[in-house]
Amino acid sequence: MAKSLGALAFWLGVWAVLAVLADRPLLLPTPWAVAARLVRLAGTADFWHVTAVSLIRILLGAALGVLAGVATAVATGRSRFLETVLSPLLSVIRATPVASFILLVLVWVGRDILPCLIVFLMVLPVVWGNVSTGLAATDKQLLEMARVYRLGRWQIAKRVYGPSVAPYLLSACHTSLGLAWKSGVAAEVLTMPAFSIGRRLYESKLYMEMTDLFAWTAMVVTCSILLEKLFTALIRRLGRRRSMGGQET
Amino acid sequence: MIRFDNVALSYGPKAVLRNVDLAIPAGAHVALSGPSGCGKTTVLTLAAGLCRPAAGTVRVEAKKIAYAFQEHRLLPWRTAAENVNLVLGDTAATMPQALHWLDLLGMADGADLLPAALSGGMRQRVNLARALAYDGDLLLLDEPLKELDPSRRDSVLALLREHAAGRTLLMASHDREETEALAEQVLVYRDGQFLSL
Repeated sequence: MAKSLGALAFWLGVWAVLAVLADRPLLLPTPWAVAARLVRLAGTADFWHVTAVSLIRILLGAALGVLAGVATAVATGRSRFLETVLSPLLSVIRATPVASFILLVLVWVGRDILPCLIVFLMVLPVVWGNVSTGLAATDKQLLEMARVYRLGRWQIAKRVYGPSVAPYLLSACHTSLGLAWKSGVAAEVLTMPAFSIGRRLYESKLYMEMTDLFAWTAMVVTCSILLEKLFTALIRRLGRRRSMGGQET
Repeated sequence: MIRFDNVALSYGPKAVLRNVDLAIPAGAHVALSGPSGCGKTTVLTLAAGLCRPAAGTVRVEAKKIAYAFQEHRLLPWRTAAENVNLVLGDTAATMPQALHWLDLLGMADGADLLPAALSGGMRQRVNLARALAYDGDLLLLDEPLKELDPSRRDSVLALLREHAAGRTLLMASHDREETEALAEQVLVYRDGQFLSL
């Protein structure tokens, strides 16, 4: 913790020195100017409204992407035909630049839905790939044991596959959170839905309000870090509950 | 009842079983003996329905098969008690029964431990407790006393003998003491066949 704060202080110092030396607030505002602007923005209802809408949009896309990724991994794990049909699609989605997706999808759907859809498309292949690897890596000997003792499908899914795949899914969720923010905000910048962090970022750039641009960026970074911490804490809590057991009654 | 007719099985280019015939009547206690890699475990695996023969037929008449695997096969994320309870229905109501079986195998103190925290011998006792708790009419035991410390062998053997009464038992072992204590008939591997001594 102390080390992280030290590193943060170091980079803030570098930023401050560069800003003071450049002395061009229009290009590079000082950290204290950005902090002051952020405090002022945080005092307005619009700031929280915009942040909340962007957050919901991005989290909804990510959650749907996770659900679809898990479902697709299970389906392709069970059916060789589906795997053959869907695998090229996975490769194409992975290789397509996010900007191409945004511009393409913008033709088909409304700008309010688009960031959510883009996040969904970015998260899905990550989860699909990781969960597929987890399913394939499930210990065959444990599955045989489950077969001999005639555990039902649900029991096998819950007691054997679930815990085997969980580390792969968690790793995918962790990666997806960062990806979701980056792609979601990028989609908002290009499509500018009414209430969105992306629109505020674009407008800041358009009107050369660099302090605002930095303040909104700081908000995005803060949200991303907080979500990651929240997710890690949630996983730790779930892990503790699992290690404490958990019998059905 | 277990019946193998002309059963053959290979793993890649290596033939493990060649035209094996076996007939084990219901209620019989039979041990398979022979050197490592001769196919003892493969016979148990076939009897459990976990693989199919490349040639020949395998017929097993059993309502429930309990199998104590050679490699324990315990779920690493579940405690010893939860691993046993898994085959009992996995409910809070069946947990006392799981604990009872662990107690019989001298594992009461390790019931709340995860497999990683158990020694090889303790894991083997959980593996046995799970098989006995399942109450199968066919009991498959693969090297049941493997890794057990000598002071426990007699009590575990007595428990297995008592439990096997009235059930069909097929075991694989190269431990003579174990086969003599549990089986009425020992089939020894010779030239690709398991022959009666």
